[in-house]
Amino acid sequence: MSKMNEYHPSKFHGIWALTKRELKKWLKEPIILLMAILQPILWMGLFGKAMNIDNMFASANFGNINMPNLTLPGSYATPPVTGYITIPGSQISAMFQQALANIGPNAMQNIFGVKDYFSYMSVGMISFIVMFTTMFSGMSIVWDRRLGFLNKVLSTPVSRGAIIFSKVLNAGLRSMFQATIILILAVIFGLQVSSTFTPLNIFGVYAAIFLLSVGLSSVFLALALRSTRQETQMAIVNLINLPLMFASNSLFPISMMPDWIQVIVRVNPVSYLTDALRQLVILPLDSSLLMFDLTYLSIFAVVFSFIGIALSWRFLTK
Amino acid sequence: MSDDIIIAKGLTKVFNKHLTAVDHIDFSVKNGEIFGFLGPNGAGKTTTINMLITLLKPTEGNASVLGFDISKQHDDVRNVIGVVPQEYTADEDLTGLENIILCADLYGIPRTVAKERAEDLLKLVELTDFKDKKVETYSGGMRRRLELACGLINRPKVLFLDEPTLGLDVQTRTATWEYIRKLKNEYGMTLFMTTHYLEEADSLCDRIAIIDHGKIVVVGTPEELKHSLGGDIITLSLKDDPDVTELFHSIKDVKDVKKENSSYRIKVENGEVTAPLVIESLRRKGYTVTRLMLTEPTLNEVYLEYTGKSIRDTEESKETFKTQRMTMWRARAR
Repeated sequence: MSKMNEYHPSKFHGIWALTKRELKKWLKEPIILLMAILQPILWMGLFGKAMNIDNMFASANFGNINMPNLTLPGSYATPPVTGYITIPGSQISAMFQQALANIGPNAMQNIFGVKDYFSYMSVGMISFIVMFTTMFSGMSIVWDRRLGFLNKVLSTPVSRGAIIFSKVLNAGLRSMFQATIILILAVIFGLQVSSTFTPLNIFGVYAAIFLLSVGLSSVFLALALRSTRQETQMAIVNLINLPLMFASNSLFPISMMPDWIQVIVRVNPVSYLTDALRQLVILPLDSSLLMFDLTYLSIFAVVFSFIGIALSWRFLTK
Repeated sequence: MSDDIIIAKGLTKVFNKHLTAVDHIDFSVKNGEIFGFLGPNGAGKTTTINMLITLLKPTEGNASVLGFDISKQHDDVRNVIGVVPQEYTADEDLTGLENIILCADLYGIPRTVAKERAEDLLKLVELTDFKDKKVETYSGGMRRRLELACGLINRPKVLFLDEPTLGLDVQTRTATWEYIRKLKNEYGMTLFMTTHYLEEADSLCDRIAIIDHGKIVVVGTPEELKHSLGGDIITLSLKDDPDVTELFHSIKDVKDVKKENSSYRIKVENGEVTAPLVIESLRRKGYTVTRLMLTEPTLNEVYLEYTGKSIRDTEESKETFKTQRMTMWRARAR
């Protein structure tokens, strides 16, 4: 004889079971992980190394400057002498070259805050990782719906919020893992860590990544809740990702952008992750700026995960 | 407590404010029986099951499952039912065992109990040897059995099966019926199933409700339904297809005449006696019988009697069509 089911799932139990499923699927397909990591590596190579912005200002790029000998009336000299004095051209060009050699790094320092562009953009790649990982969490709910898995889960007593939250959690864990790999690789390839960096900062890095992942994946999931076609979802996601990426400080500093883009950059949560990471890893730490970044990210995460969960209650039952 | 496990009263679902999928249906399912919803595609079977398993909210009316209100006590209902959906819902990237354990986790069953039950269920559906293989390597029949096992992990009192043999070949279908019977005997469950296969309903179900256009047309045991036709059916075609309905009505013992395309379905008390009379009177009027068939009532006749047409073209939602096609495709893939 059968008995009634004497167990009830706790919220945590459901979230963990579903998260475990996602993680298992992820670990079983190492190729997906590889692809997810290869893309930012390609960016780092092609954008960070090939488009070597700091080299543009290097003195060698100004060519061999051949200065003629300079002959001045003796009255220019101190103390004045009679007749003329001649400064050799080779000495003038040497001084010129030296001055130019300082302009490059100074310009970089003033515009980007660090002396090498590679360090600057490879930190931006972490935001890139977070964006693409969270994007897939939205896609996965469309797949679950298509394959009927979602309906099965919905017919169990597991909480509707847990379905969404497990995907959010999964996106967060994945982003953190992939970001770790990218950061390690970036250091190997020449990322220069700032003098204020301590191992403790790594916790800050993870916290910031997790917060943006939670917020962004909630957004993508909310957009995907009613969607039944991957194609539609893909189009939406692509449309959103482009401005998220380029209207942020991931690749270029805000100060170089026109005013109207600056407005977008300032609301774009991606900018705040990138800035927080730069504060923690490559820039001399400014705690008040970092606190502001983290607060912004927390608010973003809380607001959108609430919206996501509220929408899941509304839309997962028809 | 009453003996009825499921009670539906005026259950209605209207999609997008004008498409009435289920139209004020009333029925009840008794403890321990297999109750079948039989109907053509798009009749409202899946919509009904989805309301009962709390995936859809009824627009009007209500139903209770084991005394729990389907619109108010979602979680209680979900906790005591098992669901075997139309599609293959198991995660293809996970193994059979992992899928069952995942289901167990969703019901909050502790790991030790879950493992024990999973082993039992795998044995029951004869998948023990394949439990550590990824589901993507399973055949259609194996997937269906895995779905059955998943649906039973919480020891449900009521099991809902939506088109349990959709897309399966005849052998696998017959085998699946065996599993379903075994489940019923082993666990003493009540089963609610939908199907559009007549022989499935006939061989499995204790009682059948024929549903069409969102309404229940008739309810009864397969035997009752067959008897309700009140006799045999003569199907005949005439040369040149003349309209002779009136003539048939004048013959003694003819109870009902229906014209279907170019043939007539004549309901009579005793076919063997009446058929010669029919032929005789037709010949006397100069008509030529080109084809004649005498059938004892089967569920097929019952079905046609109540739903009218044999083949139904329906406009189904794109989504339903897609998921069905995908299920069929995956059933046949290996």
